[in-house]
Amino acid sequence: MKTAVIVFPASNCDRDMIVALEKITGHQPHIIWHQDDYIPAVDLIALPGGFSFGDYLRCGAMAARSPVTRKVIEHADRGGNVIGICNGFQVLTETGLLPGALMRNESLKFVCKDVRLKVENNDTPFTNAYEPGEVITVPVAHHDGNYFADDDTLYALEEEGRIAFRYVNDDGDTTLAANPNGSRNNIAGIISRRKNILGMMPHPERLIENAHGGTDGLGFFKSMINAIN
Amino acid sequence: MTWNNNVEITDALVREHGLSTQEYDLCLKILDRTPTLTELGIFSVMWSEHCSYKSSKKHLKTLPTTAPWVIHGPGENAGVIDIGDNQAIIFKMESHNHPSYIEPYQGAATGVGGILRDVFTMGARPIANMNALRFGSPNHPKTRHLLSGVVEGIGGYGNCVGVPTVGGETNFHPAYDGNILVNAMTVGLADQDKIFLSAAAGIGNPVIYVGSKTGRDGIHGATMASAEFTEDTEEKRPTVQVGDPFTEKLLIEACLELMSTDMVVAIQDMGAAGLTSSSVEMASGGGVGFDFNLDMVPQREEGMTPYEMMLSESQERMLIVLKPGRENEAKAIFDKWDLDFAVIGKITDSGNLTLTFKGEVVADIPTQPLADNSPEYDRPWVKPQPKPFLDTDDIAAPPDMKQALLTMIGSPHLCSRDWIWQQYDMQVMADTIQKPGGDAAVVRVHGTDKAIAISTDCTPRYCYADPVEGGKQAVAETWRNITAVGATPLAITDCLNFGNPERPEIMGQFVGCIEGMREACNILDYPVVSGNVSLYNETNGTGIHPTPAIGGVGLFDDYSKMVTIAPQAEGEILLLIGETKGHLGASLYLEIMEGREEGAPPPVDLEVEKKNGNFVRTQIGAGNIAACHDISDGGLYVALAEMAMAANIGMTVTIDNGRVPLHAYAFGEDQGRYILSVPAEKAEAIMSAADDSISIQIIGKVGGDAFKINGITGISLSELLNAHQGWMEEYMGLE
Repeated sequence: MKTAVIVFPASNCDRDMIVALEKITGHQPHIIWHQDDYIPAVDLIALPGGFSFGDYLRCGAMAARSPVTRKVIEHADRGGNVIGICNGFQVLTETGLLPGALMRNESLKFVCKDVRLKVENNDTPFTNAYEPGEVITVPVAHHDGNYFADDDTLYALEEEGRIAFRYVNDDGDTTLAANPNGSRNNIAGIISRRKNILGMMPHPERLIENAHGGTDGLGFFKSMINAIN
Repeated sequence: MTWNNNVEITDALVREHGLSTQEYDLCLKILDRTPTLTELGIFSVMWSEHCSYKSSKKHLKTLPTTAPWVIHGPGENAGVIDIGDNQAIIFKMESHNHPSYIEPYQGAATGVGGILRDVFTMGARPIANMNALRFGSPNHPKTRHLLSGVVEGIGGYGNCVGVPTVGGETNFHPAYDGNILVNAMTVGLADQDKIFLSAAAGIGNPVIYVGSKTGRDGIHGATMASAEFTEDTEEKRPTVQVGDPFTEKLLIEACLELMSTDMVVAIQDMGAAGLTSSSVEMASGGGVGFDFNLDMVPQREEGMTPYEMMLSESQERMLIVLKPGRENEAKAIFDKWDLDFAVIGKITDSGNLTLTFKGEVVADIPTQPLADNSPEYDRPWVKPQPKPFLDTDDIAAPPDMKQALLTMIGSPHLCSRDWIWQQYDMQVMADTIQKPGGDAAVVRVHGTDKAIAISTDCTPRYCYADPVEGGKQAVAETWRNITAVGATPLAITDCLNFGNPERPEIMGQFVGCIEGMREACNILDYPVVSGNVSLYNETNGTGIHPTPAIGGVGLFDDYSKMVTIAPQAEGEILLLIGETKGHLGASLYLEIMEGREEGAPPPVDLEVEKKNGNFVRTQIGAGNIAACHDISDGGLYVALAEMAMAANIGMTVTIDNGRVPLHAYAFGEDQGRYILSVPAEKAEAIMSAADDSISIQIIGKVGGDAFKINGITGISLSELLNAHQGWMEEYMGLE
């Protein structure tokens, strides 16, 4: 699987994503600087977490206008796979590749902790290695992860099975207490209509080794390998 | 504004600059003439307590600073130790107390930014941040606001730059009502052949300014940090700098990219006293002069004077000496990262810092005497009278041991810090393998089997009761915490926070703490490699508790040996290492349950400390131990409860307290102790591996869903967790 990781100024989970992709695919990803206007042909483009442009203006807003982002959009329009983790998800909503917006956490505070996620749809290139309805543990670390979409969009997302992950409790129930940021319908991650783009707030790349305290994030990467090979 | 560099230097103006008559006389002698206003400003900040260590350096010199693994001790931007394979760990802790009290978010944020720069300026990639925070009483009207702002500031900065904040400690005590302490520590990783120092060299070499533009923020910050607070402290808000973590992140990447080439001769961050201290340190360190054209300094505001430029503490700026002819190559790197890059001068052989502004020389100071002949005081001090030992019989047993334990673990002193830690990105860089909440934080050395254990500790109530024992204990506790995860302690950084050194009793506290630290460092083979002193932590004549915060660093050759405080399985046997005498003097039990702050602190027997610790570390390294926890604040019962909560498993413990009253055995804070949780089949072998000089006993077993121990028939885990989790969230919820 050939991959590329886009680096914006103050992306800071770029290395984590590069390490994870290299470990799992066996190949070093292409590392693409935001001012580049060329991305080699790859199977997957990853927009990593971090604070692109310092989160100034609005999280992801400036990165959405970087030269390289046009190339990401072209890749996605061709049906190419794109993932956006955390700040990458914010960039994807700012570009319009995914609907909705990520607002400030309801608590108004940054939140970093392990959360439980339910795999809502395992029929996607990003989730097929999980069982349907499987509950996994993945860390979150964000200030603006409160997913919002208007009622019609939300209805469509639900109806079309485009909710990839939802925040749940240990028993797999969608509860208020299990939601770390106040997102609508406890949404943690969504996919595009063509299922080739995924945005999620939690960080699967931070839980892929026993030393990390668990390997629940591995399935995410294995899914992509399954889908692409 | 009319700017006159040649104003008459009156006594009042000298005093306003914080210089004494003797100091000003020395300044006249060095210059052999009256200083200009810019020069007066430069002398003022260079000789401030904050920059010159004039009250403390006589005593700091007595601390042990060498070991075969120390590459650079105090004197550089941060300490450097050898971790093998041509790799080095570079670390330091620094205070940002005064600004954080005035403006908690920015004060704490720029504290983090400043310590990061001290570390990456030496060529290291920062890999972990830690902190040590002291706030006033929870009942003080400002505490909530300060706690909220400081935590948010630390997170706001560290999270954005992408360095994990992996732990720290937070205390509350009325002694900090008027002066909170915000001590931030950064640990970085470098290759030993890529360590950069600040001494300038090469006559004619260009001197480069990079990073943010210079504004009027933070002017006289170093001078403010060298004075007591009074009623008008709020008016000092403009002296607090404003941080921009986005620029810092770019600066880290740009500097590390530059350092990967061979263009850099010397580099220094602009920290306290900004352009002044960085240029003076670089020039004097290299025995050369600097010739600056201040018109070239990137400026954020119009009409800035040389005085303002030299004294500004605007953040995220660095000064670099490049090899000649490499300016364009270097500039390309900073252009890529959208950072200012300006050649502001060159190295000369004059030995002077010569500043030109609009064609006129506005300052011309010999740097060597400015840096090296700075005042050094042997301040008078009186030896503090250590508090007498308290007889345990004078300390009442609680009516109900269960309630006492729940009260203790639910108190502001011992309750869960999750509310704080969850605001820090603890895992970015994906190498954090022990998060906050254990004895020490552990981060891997990226791409290797090695890992670094880090702990920040100090027990100010011990230091207050007996500075010598308290100083020892602060060092010993970091050593113990690093040992408890299985790492080998290597070296410390210290952040010495005290009151007004001009008061002999405060100076006595300082001298006492240094004495205790020195003894502990010597016996534990655990040198000081960097540090910082923060004095004048007083408001209207009332000082803080003496607080020598210690940041210890240890090494794992193989991180798979690491343990945490969480027992791994039912049936494990609990062992107690170290002797329990039931020392309740200066304990949290006494403070929380009795409302008393009396008595001598628990003595630290450093030989026993070393023996017990080495035994524990060896057993962990041999893979015999499932979990380990040191016994500190709150004593044995609190430590056991913390282990049970961490694993969410119950335990049944039976202690033999002999003639020690049960509550003293339970909550006494005797030093040098650990609890081990070990697989049942290994318990006997571990017991027999300990020679007679090590006190070791089996005290119980892990299992079930309740916490049972002498005097407590059973507490359910949920009851423990509820008591432990509640306080801070509830307290901050009322913000």
